[in-house]
Amino acid sequence: MTDNEFHIVVLIKPVPDMEKVRFDVEKGVVDRSSAPLEINPFDLNALEAAVQIKEKLGGEVTAVSMAPPAAESVLRDAIARGADRAVLLTDRRFAGADTLATSYALASAIRKLGRFNLIICGEKTVDGDTGQVGPEVAEMLGIPHIAYVTEIREVTKEKLLVVSELGAPYLMELKLPGLITVTKDVNKPRLPTLKDKLKARKAKVEVWSADDLADVADVSRFGFSGSPTQVVKVLVPPMKKRRSQIFKGEDAVDKLIEALEMEGLLR
Amino acid sequence: MVFAEQHNGKIHPVTFELLSKGRELADRKEVELSSVILGHQIREEAKELIYYGADKVFIFDHPTLKEFDSILYKQNIVSLIREEKPEIVLIGATHLGRSLAPRIAAALNTGLTADCIDLQLDEDGELIQVRPAFTGNILAYIKTKTKPVMTTVRYKVFKARERDPMRKGEIIEKEVKVVEDTGTKILGKIPREAVNISDAGVVVAGGRGLRRPDDLKMLEELASLLGGVVGVSRPLVDEGWASKDRQVGFSGNIVKPKLYVAVGISGSPQHLAGMKDSEIVVAINVDPSAPIFNVADYGVVGDLYEVIPKPIEKIKLRKMKL
Ligand SMILES: Cc1cc2nc3c(=O)[nH]c(=O)nc-3n(C[C@H](O)[C@H](O)[C@H](O)COP(=O)(O)OP(=O)(O)OC[C@H]3O[C@@H](n4cnc5c(N)ncnc54)[C@H](O)[C@@H]3O)c2cc1C
Ligand SMILES: Cc1cc2nc3c(=O)[nH]c(=O)nc-3n(C[C@H](O)[C@H](O)[C@H](O)COP(=O)(O)OP(=O)(O)OC[C@H]3O[C@@H](n4cnc5c(N)ncnc54)[C@H](O)[C@@H]3O)c2cc1C
Repeated sequence: MTDNEFHIVVLIKPVPDMEKVRFDVEKGVVDRSSAPLEINPFDLNALEAAVQIKEKLGGEVTAVSMAPPAAESVLRDAIARGADRAVLLTDRRFAGADTLATSYALASAIRKLGRFNLIICGEKTVDGDTGQVGPEVAEMLGIPHIAYVTEIREVTKEKLLVVSELGAPYLMELKLPGLITVTKDVNKPRLPTLKDKLKARKAKVEVWSADDLADVADVSRFGFSGSPTQVVKVLVPPMKKRRSQIFKGEDAVDKLIEALEMEGLLR
Repeated sequence: MVFAEQHNGKIHPVTFELLSKGRELADRKEVELSSVILGHQIREEAKELIYYGADKVFIFDHPTLKEFDSILYKQNIVSLIREEKPEIVLIGATHLGRSLAPRIAAALNTGLTADCIDLQLDEDGELIQVRPAFTGNILAYIKTKTKPVMTTVRYKVFKARERDPMRKGEIIEKEVKVVEDTGTKILGKIPREAVNISDAGVVVAGGRGLRRPDDLKMLEELASLLGGVVGVSRPLVDEGWASKDRQVGFSGNIVKPKLYVAVGISGSPQHLAGMKDSEIVVAINVDPSAPIFNVADYGVVGDLYEVIPKPIEKIKLRKMKL
């Protein structure tokens, strides 16, 4: 690795598969054991963007996750999809992190990695769903960011030309080093080939603990103790009551029209 | 303190909703409600913030603030928050707000709750922030230990107060901190056919049950007869049949119309996350076990190509008689 190579860091959150995860309405809890972990869908787009840029500029793509040990398989999947290196931050002291503590741990890990030119995140996750981690990491590293990138038009080692959704689409320039968060529109992620998968099975995932970051970070700012926001209650909201009149057969459409007329919806 | 989002000098309506909620919280806590606006030549607009409920408005007026710049905005707001020490900071959960708020929170090392749909005060006067998570499947109640408590709030969950042009307040001009090069630059706006499905009273949405892009015209016709607009599920955007502004769902737009008609849409959790709060939901699907029927008030199990022409005809006929 020579130092003028282009370094891309992709932040990947392992999340439960939303098609499988179960919610306990009575207890108001998410049964996390009900679903296997996978790459947050938006992070597939982030990874694909990184791989495409690497194909153009050369260099290296590093995937970084903060997650429980079981997430190692998720990072292996990231390697199969084109990451050259994968780092898993895992330690009980990272647990219970809100976005501030998560961003602090991720920013610390990026500092520890040393040189980086571009950081790519997903626009948000399918579980925590805040979309805050990207811009918070950028602030902590003191670099500019552009969120909600829907298109990457040009890349050079110095800057990026992108389209960002800010209420309307804007053409924007980002000087590097910088960070972007991408939406699903930015690309169509490729599927890994069987060969890639086999290669990834043997690849090494580096596992870092809180202590491994002690030289670049204040470990008390990790995890629960470094998290100002706390979830005090979780509720599985009952679905809105619906009239549930489903019509079938010959006169179904007439019945529908009649019902809509009664509601005063057909003017 | 309420952040007033503006585009080309026009204040985003979520700002007025936040002022209304902010007013209520401030009155209960017996504190002042302030607002901050950044831009260029926005002094007239700033008065609106008072008319809608602010006691004090801080203005940062400078040519470099004409367009949004996350770092310039952040720096000026952070220094204002450090001076004024508001207990609570409310920001609209728009794209702009959700890009800006985390930078401010990280700079202040404080907690930030995302995309709230309700704000309550508990017995101790602490803010309880309610927000959906897990793709809209759960509601989380969140408290913040640090000050200020920062929150982004979804558009259209609170009602704006009546505008009162007699309302008095103080407007305070602040000195703008300028940075030569923040690393990001807006080069231009990309023109796009602007449809605003979030504000529509009726949405007729098409999904993968449609066979050809042209078939959206049929939905277009029904929508216009009902005084509404056409929305779509994600796959139609992916296929390039419709623009992103028409997409309903978790990675698209959230809609809350009086009438939502789902045509050939299965009702995935990601789609429901964008429309399940609609007043009346009508579903048309060939598959009686499609999950969309679980959230439907009325439904027809049938082929959309046979169903849709009928109400179109009926409404047309009625219009002719009138
Ligand atoms: C129900 C619920 C509600 C919550 N609400 C809040 C809240 O309002 N405020 C708050 O501060 N915290 C909240 N949290 C905590 C928050 O979910 C976690 O801090 C989480 O680790 C990161 O936030 P996110 O999932 O929202 O990520 P987002 O900010 O939505 O993620 C954006 C991108 O950042 C990257 N990223 C995020 N997390 C990781 C990771 N662990 N490893 C690698 N990359 C990552 C990915 O690229 C991702 O696409 C909540 C948690 C729960 C369970
Ligand atoms: C991270 C993530 C984000 C996503 N975000 C979104 C989002 O924002 N919005 C969104 O919509 N999706 C989103 N999706 C995709 C989502 O999971 C579903 O794939 C999508 O909603 C399915 O669209 P559909 O209902 O149109 O298609 P399908 O699920 O294929 O359903 C088509 C339906 O049409 C019916 N049908 C077929 N022919 C006819 C006919 N002739 N007459 C009547 N009915 C017929 C079928 O019975 C079927 O129920 C997201 C997915 C992920 C992973």
